Amino acid sequence: MKLPIYLDYSATTPVDPRVAQAMIPWLAEKFGNPASRSHAFGWEADAAVEAARENVAALIGAEAREIVWTSGATESDNLAIKGAAHFYQDKGRHIVTVKTEHKAVLDTVRELEREGFEATYLDVRENGIVDLDVFRAALKPGTSVASVMLVNNEIGVIQPVAEMGAICREKGVIFHVDAAQATGKIGIDLKNLSVDLMSLSAHKTYGPKGIGALYVRRKPRVRLEAQMHGGGHERGMRSGTLATHQIVGMGEAFRLAREEMATETPRVRALRDRLLAGIQGIDATYVNGDMEQRVAHNLNVSFAYVEGESLMMAIKDIAVSSGSACTSASLEPSYVLRALGRDDELAHSSIRFTLGRFSTEEEIDYAVQLLRAKVGKLRELSPLWEMVQEGIDLNTVRWVAR
Amino acid sequence: MTYSSKVLDHYENPRNVGSFAQDEEGVATGMVGAPACGDVMKLQIKVGKDGVIEDARFKTYGCGSAIASSSLVTEWVKGKTLDEALTIKNAQIAEELALPPVKIHCSVLAEDAIRAAVADYKKKYTGE
Repeated sequence: MKLPIYLDYSATTPVDPRVAQAMIPWLAEKFGNPASRSHAFGWEADAAVEAARENVAALIGAEAREIVWTSGATESDNLAIKGAAHFYQDKGRHIVTVKTEHKAVLDTVRELEREGFEATYLDVRENGIVDLDVFRAALKPGTSVASVMLVNNEIGVIQPVAEMGAICREKGVIFHVDAAQATGKIGIDLKNLSVDLMSLSAHKTYGPKGIGALYVRRKPRVRLEAQMHGGGHERGMRSGTLATHQIVGMGEAFRLAREEMATETPRVRALRDRLLAGIQGIDATYVNGDMEQRVAHNLNVSFAYVEGESLMMAIKDIAVSSGSACTSASLEPSYVLRALGRDDELAHSSIRFTLGRFSTEEEIDYAVQLLRAKVGKLRELSPLWEMVQEGIDLNTVRWVAR
Repeated sequence: MTYSSKVLDHYENPRNVGSFAQDEEGVATGMVGAPACGDVMKLQIKVGKDGVIEDARFKTYGCGSAIASSSLVTEWVKGKTLDEALTIKNAQIAEELALPPVKIHCSVLAEDAIRAAVADYKKKYTGE
């Protein structure tokens, strides 16, 4: 077993070696520009790009011509939300999204607010999931776009986008879904989902960084105002020379995801549940987010009375993320956990474990042992733990904060 | 976040961890910070009849720099009178541990903990 152990697959995934192999010929050997219509160099690159487009579309139940290549999910979110908001602004200038969205969505909506659009940021329930009645009530006659993520990046909960899509369709609202964390993790079938725009990323699904896609529905047709202008690539929606090797990589990664999801998901779920069982053996641990409506590879846990950054330092042999952004000057705990109503102390104590294709049982067992030992050690250091052991209710303490 | 070797040393081998009994003669406690801010430090001092700090203990909930700052001050206050202890400044702690700017608040909290412990001692034993 090699240390450190990678348990941060929602930050990024390694490129699958099979994907890397598929990409290599498209750098030095087959280097043509897919937009070159006049010679074989261009034709073979174009054929590779279109084959990849088929593979990306197939994973989400879309048609190839509904896929627009971008640089990643952040660009896809920007193109979808700004593009639709600008195109449909005669219909209305109100955007609906959720407080637990990724910053790529939240900051894009904020930017539209600066341009004069109006925005509503919906609360989630304690389990991290949006209440459908709350969602429905937020859609007004002037609402043009709603944006909700399929799988949350921090807590892994799955939003009910099928039901939300139906509500949007009924009310004539363009519905965008950020699916960066969902591809290859849960089945997506856009033939049966009323989703108009969907953001995709390669590097969360064992493909390379720097490539993503936006699904743009053809029937009923969804229009966008381009954000990047130039040669008119991608039917004018996103200009710029296509990165053949990256696109081939994303195509291969999504093909593998489609083929292997059925066997990979139960394996990863078993490992995640093994991790959960091990962690539940430690006192005063709390899972953040719904355990049922959740992807198989995510576990987000608060270890009460232990601060997240010091815990990460103690478990540096396992690579994880903390909900505490103590490294920034602001000392802000995770906005996602706060939106669940977790108090700040528990938000500061949270760790996100995300497992993946190359995780092993041995690694999980090592992680559990390490956590047990280090949480115990830090609690011996913790005045909060001592007070709780003495029966003091921390909510009754008057803290001397600066 | 990369830590200095001194922070890592204090974090991995914290000095004087623990608690004195509250009713032990000469013991005073300073507790500063708040869970919601991500840092709570408890510093206890044990003062001899001659007014010199004989021993110190700490417990800290916080990041590595907070733990290191409080571990360090338990070493520094020992052998000092209360007035000498009060001359320890956050800048000295930050310099000793080579804290980066975003972690300066940890050293400030450690200085506050000394002040709080001394104030508790004066309140308990000298009626100030």
